[in-house]
Parts: sequence; structure tokens; C-alpha cells
Amino acid sequence: MTVVAPTEITHEDVLVEQGARAAPRGLRTPEVLLYLALAGVAGLTLLPFGWVASGSLRSLDDIRADPGAWLPSEVTFDNFVRLFATQGFSTYLVNSVVVAAIVVAGNIVAASAAGYALAKFDFAGKRIAFGAVMAALMVPYTATFVPQFVVTTNLGLVDTLAGIALPSLALPISIFIMRQYASAVPDELLEAARIDGAGELRIFLRIFLPLAGPALATVTIMSFLASWNNFIWPLVVAQSTSAYTLPVGLAATSQAAQNVTDYGLMLAGAIVVMLPVLVLFLFLQRYFVQGVAATGLR
Amino acid sequence: MTRRRSLIAWLFLMPFLAVFVVYTAIPTVAALGFSLTDLRGTDLRSPFAVDFVGLDNYAWLFSDGRFVRDLWNTAVFVLVGVPLTMLLGFVLALALNAGIRRMRGVFRTVFFAPVVTNVVAVALIWQYAFNTNGTVNEVAASFGFAGPNWLGDPNLAMPVVILLGVWRNFGIAMVLFLAGLQGVPEDVHEAAALDGAGWWRRLWHITMPLLIPTILLVSVLLTVFYLQVFDEPYLLTDGGPLGSTESIALYTYHQFGFGQFGLSSAASFVILALVAVVSIVQFRLLRPRA
Repeated sequence: MTVVAPTEITHEDVLVEQGARAAPRGLRTPEVLLYLALAGVAGLTLLPFGWVASGSLRSLDDIRADPGAWLPSEVTFDNFVRLFATQGFSTYLVNSVVVAAIVVAGNIVAASAAGYALAKFDFAGKRIAFGAVMAALMVPYTATFVPQFVVTTNLGLVDTLAGIALPSLALPISIFIMRQYASAVPDELLEAARIDGAGELRIFLRIFLPLAGPALATVTIMSFLASWNNFIWPLVVAQSTSAYTLPVGLAATSQAAQNVTDYGLMLAGAIVVMLPVLVLFLFLQRYFVQGVAATGLR
Repeated sequence: MTRRRSLIAWLFLMPFLAVFVVYTAIPTVAALGFSLTDLRGTDLRSPFAVDFVGLDNYAWLFSDGRFVRDLWNTAVFVLVGVPLTMLLGFVLALALNAGIRRMRGVFRTVFFAPVVTNVVAVALIWQYAFNTNGTVNEVAASFGFAGPNWLGDPNLAMPVVILLGVWRNFGIAMVLFLAGLQGVPEDVHEAAALDGAGWWRRLWHITMPLLIPTILLVSVLLTVFYLQVFDEPYLLTDGGPLGSTESIALYTYHQFGFGQFGLSSAASFVILALVAVVSIVQFRLLRPRA
């Protein structure tokens, strides 16, 4: 304590000093109240993250003894150790990673080609192609999953990771992002290559793609997010635990144990599901916000 | 030459179109077809045993008290969830846009974080916190209230489920409103302020009229989200207690689980019809940008 206290005082001193210096520019009373209100809403928004962090670090006995306590009586990583020892959990994790890798790769190839064509070619039936992208964006997932399941059955892909990944290989949001980016690339650049005798595929691969880094980054992030967080489709397609993705496995485990839910274990699982996306988000939030704002969809 | 370029363009579009045809176009038509038959899960290997039943599935749906109740539940999700989400997103966007000068990025990050957070994980946290002995009731107890079993009470489960929906979605509304607010010219505001117009009057007479397209866009997007609400009720209550939180999308999933593919498709086509009506509006709103 004696070591900590002086630093705290110094810190506050600095704050007071800054406040005093900032006074002429003026933090007016309404603004201060607004900061307080925003901080309050931010606190409520972050509360669930606090609960999961605290709950995952509590022991089984600790939670049983006092389920509603805010903080662990003693911090333990036991839940995480038990989680990775749980039958199937590492399979779910690997499945989620594999499906996400397939989806991201598919979107980088299929969506960038489609977006590029929609932006840079005038061709017969362009309106139809654009209409297809709009339809893919707007037809609700919940309305088509039964026939999608029948199609998947006929393709022999039920209960496989390929069956889970296939419908997400060319997400409309990725196509919109690439199309928007490609529109901004000057036609003269492509035309010059054409005059030099380069074929269209070569122009796309060698000239456009190397320029499209930021758009490809956004596509990578958005399609990873869509795949990692996808729930209803893997729930329908994965019938045995060997094909479960992380969210499906976690939901199934918690529902199987409805009455005697081992909250510590479940919350540790929740952390493992949440963390990759939240870490990416903290470092690359610009891309997330751009991606979501582009179409208003996750 | 132009024919060749058309061909090349379609080749570039091929991977997308293949996925689109197999997973959107055919299933949409098939859903309509299925909804007119008595297809069951056990018929998938013997398609000739399936009979055409006309509109029987639809007639059954609307005479089924359960489906009608679920339509009503979905209406509650939309009518309560959409305004709450929009209001929160709008107020926060206003505050971040004009009210404060520092820490905007921090607040935006915090308010957007729920949008990217995995719903299965958050649902587990919700169950932990709204448990009879959970953290929320701990707070209630410190104020002297005996907290209820939130998710086990037919009257209280719905608000808790909607709360999860609002928590997940207000960040989207906020980001879209922030984008809309950037389009409101600063100088008009300053001129009005010089003429003595107060904050409320400027909000009502300058900001709001200019934001109408954004407001429409956000309300349509959120309506489409909430019409299809599935994750939140499935994960928190599986539609219970006593069906009080079962949405149409969840009904569709449950009928699918019972092997009633025809009935399930009919129910999903009701969702499609509702979403289509809203989406036609959305398409008209998005077209100028597209």
C-alpha cells in the first residue's frame, strides 16, 4: 500500500493540473454530465464482459457457495484447465478454425472476383448479376435453411465441415466491399495493361489484387467474423459432436447440463469463443466498423 | 469483343453464382414448393412418397394457436426491440458526434464491442447473471428485493431476451446514425444558433429532417433483424417458459426438428413474406447508394 499510495496521489495531481490548464478552453457543466452519462452507459455495456471474466476465474465450489458474487473469492484457472480436458472441446475449436479458414479463403477468391467484375466490366446481364447479390443479401437465412439442409443432404455434406462452410464462400457483404474498392481503382491503369497485351485474369491477379490490400483486409475480417460467430447453420448441419463448431458445442454442452450447469466451465468456454474476435476488434476496429457500415450487416 | 468481355465478366462471377444458385435461388423456390407438400424428414430418401397438399400447411399454421402466439411474440420483439435499439443508438450517436470532444474513439469502441461478440457466449453470461441466485438478483437483494427466476417466469423472460437483443444491436444503430450525422452541415447549425435557436429546436428542425433517410434505413434493417430473431430466444429459453418467448424463426426450427419439413417451410415462407415487404422498402432506400 505504502508503495502504491504516492503514485496515486501524483497521478491525481497531474489530472488536477491538466484540468486547471484546460479550464480556459472549458469543460462546461453539461459536457461533464454528458461524460458521466456516457461512462455510465459504457459501464453497463461492459458489465457482461466483467461478469464473464470474473465468473470464469471462480472455482466450482466458490460459485456453488455464492452464485451471485461479483468477484472470485480466489482466482483460479481451473475452469480453463478442465475445459481443454473436456471431451470434444479441442475438436470444436479446431473445427471452428478450419471452417473459418475455408470461408475466408473462399471470400478472398470468389468475392473479390465477383466485386471486381461488377465494378470494372460492362456486360450483358449485369443488372441480373447485381440483383443476385442483393437477393443473397436480403433473403433471410431462417427462411431457407430447410431446403438448404435438403440440398446439403443430397450433396452428401451433412455433418461435414465443408457442408458448414459452403454457403458462406461468397458473402454479399464481401462482394460489396470489393466492388466499392474496385470502383475507385482508375480504369486507365487496367487499360494500359490491356494495351500491353495482358489477359483479363492476369490484370485481375497482377494489377488489381496487389492494390486491393485494404479491401482484402476488410473482407478477411468480415468473413472471419461471420464464420466464427455463425450459429444457426452449423447447428442444423452438424449432427454429431465430431462436426460441432465452437458455438454449437458450447450451446449443446450448456443445454445438456441445464439443471446442474457448471457455470465456471461454461464461462471459460465463453471466453475462448469471444476472445479471438474481441482481440481482432480492438486492434482493427476501423475495418469492422467500415464493414458493418457498408451494408449494415454483420 | 464485347461478347468476349461479357463472357469473362460472367466467369469472374461464376464462383459466387454457383453458391448463390445452390444455396439461395434453389432453396427459395424449394421452400415454396416444400410448403405445399407434406414432406417429412423421413421422406428425404423416398421423394415419391411426398404428397401435394396445396395450402393445407398454411391453413394449419394460422389455425394453430402456437404459431399465432409466436407471430405475436415476434411482433413484440419488433415493436419493443426496434424502438429501444434505435433510441439508444441515436442518443449515443448524438452524444458522440457533437456533445463531447475527447475520448470519442474509446466510447465508440466500447459501444460497438457487443456487435462483434459471439452470441452463444453472451447468452451464457446472461443465464449466469439472471439466474435465481445470479448477480442481478444479488443487486436486487441489496436493495431489499427478492429477485425472481427471470428466465423461468413467463412474464419476465421476454424482457430479458429482448434486453440481449438490444445489447447486441444498438452498436449497429449507433454507427449508422454517426455516419448520418456527419452529413448534417455544421454551418446550418451555427447560423440557426446565431439566430437564437436552442439545442432542442435545432435538433428537431435541422438534424431530424436531414436524418430521415438514415432513420428509415436503420428502422428497416433492425426490423428485418428482429423479424428473424432466433439466437437470443433459442439460447436463453428455447422459446420457453410456456412458449412465451418462441419466435416464428424458432417455431420453424422446432418443426424442422420434429421432421415436419413441409410445415416448417410454410412457416419460414411467412418470415420470407414479412421480410420481403420490409426489404422492398430497404431496396428502394439503398438504391441511390448502390
